[in-house]
Amino acid sequence: MALNRLLFEFVPTAPRPLPVPVVHYGVVGSGDMEVILEAKDLEGKTAVVVVTPVSGFDHVWKLVLQRFIDESQLANVQISINDNNATPVVVSLRLRQALLEIEG
Amino acid sequence: MEMKLRITVGERTHNVSLEEIGGDVILPLPPASVTPPPPSALLPAEPPAAGLTRKIEEKWGKTQRDTALRMSQLSQYLQPGSKIFEAKDTVAVLRAAIRSFDRVNIEGNNQKQADFLSECLCKLDPAEINHLHMVQSSVPLPSHLQAFELGIAERLDFAYAGPQGAAVAKAIAGGKLKLGAIHTYLELFARYFIDLTPRVSLVCAYEADKDGNLYTGFNTEDTPLIVEATKFRGGIVIAQVNKIVDKLPRVDIPGEWIDGIVQSPKPFYLEPLFTRDPGLISDTHVLMAMMALKGIYAEYGITRLNHGIGFNTAAIELILPTYGEELGLKGKVCTHFALNPHPTLIPAIESGWVQSIHSFGGELGMAAYCAARPDVFFVGPDGSMRSNRAFCQTAGHYAIDMFIGGTLQMDKFGNSSTATAGRVAGFGGAPNMGCDAHGRRHGTPAWLKCGEEFTDQQNLLGDVPRGKRLVVQMQETFQEKLVPSFVEKLDAWKLAEQADLDLPPVMVYSDDVTHILTEEGIAYLHRCKGIEQRMAAIRAVAGYTPIGLQANPAETKALREAGIVKTPEDLGVDRRRANRSLLAAKNIKDLVDWSGGLYDPPSRFRNW
Repeated sequence: MALNRLLFEFVPTAPRPLPVPVVHYGVVGSGDMEVILEAKDLEGKTAVVVVTPVSGFDHVWKLVLQRFIDESQLANVQISINDNNATPVVVSLRLRQALLEIEG
Repeated sequence: MEMKLRITVGERTHNVSLEEIGGDVILPLPPASVTPPPPSALLPAEPPAAGLTRKIEEKWGKTQRDTALRMSQLSQYLQPGSKIFEAKDTVAVLRAAIRSFDRVNIEGNNQKQADFLSECLCKLDPAEINHLHMVQSSVPLPSHLQAFELGIAERLDFAYAGPQGAAVAKAIAGGKLKLGAIHTYLELFARYFIDLTPRVSLVCAYEADKDGNLYTGFNTEDTPLIVEATKFRGGIVIAQVNKIVDKLPRVDIPGEWIDGIVQSPKPFYLEPLFTRDPGLISDTHVLMAMMALKGIYAEYGITRLNHGIGFNTAAIELILPTYGEELGLKGKVCTHFALNPHPTLIPAIESGWVQSIHSFGGELGMAAYCAARPDVFFVGPDGSMRSNRAFCQTAGHYAIDMFIGGTLQMDKFGNSSTATAGRVAGFGGAPNMGCDAHGRRHGTPAWLKCGEEFTDQQNLLGDVPRGKRLVVQMQETFQEKLVPSFVEKLDAWKLAEQADLDLPPVMVYSDDVTHILTEEGIAYLHRCKGIEQRMAAIRAVAGYTPIGLQANPAETKALREAGIVKTPEDLGVDRRRANRSLLAAKNIKDLVDWSGGLYDPPSRFRNW
């Protein structure tokens, strides 16, 4: 199964830092994915690396991630997503769950 | 004897065998509207008039005489003093019972199947028996379609094709199958008593005695209805049974209505269609189930309902004893069901949530459990449950306040369908429950509350109050392989074109839908004013699909403020808790344990 590696960068308008050094959520099971958030100095930006077997849905990934950044305003964070055929539904659920985990 | 008669009606000429028109040649009488012949013509004095007298005497009871003739051929295969024939004679029995152009019903719904009789029907000689018009609930077996491929059957009126959906589409395209209509179960059942009465029905039962009495037991399903429609119009009913016994546990079908019985070489096929492995329920299913309980079940106090097939509703069933308990909903929701015996409902039943369940059919492996819970299921004096599809569909149409189920595709207006291009699947019973029963006249709090909120209905009714069935379409915004669930135009349109249907097959029409539930939230469609607002509410919960991406954030915000759209946050549903730990049973083994060992899952679900 060929994996695609997608890179995205976002610049939050009202940046806030990740309150913890690292957060991990989810598992790389079939139809699922894991998300790892790490605090990292990226000059106010947030970088996302998506590793996924799905191709042709880059625009959907971008939209899902953009909405997550708009809502969370996380900056200086390296986000890694290891996807195993998750739908955008699962992607947004995992991201939001990770965020809620941070916020407690 | 093979005599053919040429009858010319208008410009068409038909070659008809004598048996087809009742054994006696009745030459065309003048049409009924023409003045009847004077009484003198009836006197037996002159030869032509003598013939007419005979014709009048034999005008009635034609089907009965034809059946008697067929039975005289069939009876040679019956064991003396019984209705039993041997499996090896089955094709010969069908040859005696069936004539070309007959309407034939092979019993089979989405559960039990008269599979042996169906296979034997395919062994008839198409040169001898052809143009059969099949009128049956479903066509899920390869042999159902083979009869068309072979040229034995020609027309089909049905409700559900399941796994044969693609084969049906292919047979239509290849000119082998002429499709009458795709019905709902109740609709097709209704037509058995009006214009699609079967001439010959091939049914199945667990047991029979030598007199033809049948025990259909747990899987009674469609049998009583098919037999009644056929036999009370003079037709012929043949039954395949798993076993011939001396004494039945109970009589489900009286032997007088059965013309022949055969012990089939192996038990009839039974599809465990309503079994869902909790191990395959995802966190998203749990999230949506939490929203359903809080935003719909609790909000309206839904006590009487039906759950469609699928993991979404299985998840709801499995969080009743956990999340539902926490919300204090026990006794306030989910007390009365029109529902097949879903294994995933076992934990809720065992926890005392459910008071009553009437079932369309049986579910493989659930017989012993249901029999041991007569307080909940419809169990006979013999100690076994009896299902009945016609009654349960009627109950599901008139006596429930909510239908909740999934779909594959919904268009921007809110019409949904599981039909896709190249597959004529049919909807079974879903549309009978996924609609507002306009003949309903009794009130319940849930029905009245939904009616009060139904803005557009009020605009048509003036000051008269009327309730509304809740019809909830629950679906993730994407199916597997990232296929969007929300689309501009339903694939059903393409299918209608390919299969030359009168109209695109829609499962649930938008005007019946009250709620759409996705992982994004709930759209309370019935609270909308007009179609524009409804479409905006649909877009608001359609996620990242092409339809969802057209949502205007400002519009969505206004809909949320108006209580027409609610997100998990609006509902107070904590996404962090949306995980499998909320499930009362996490796999099939847990369900067996909950049932105290009474649930006996089919082997394909046993993975421990």
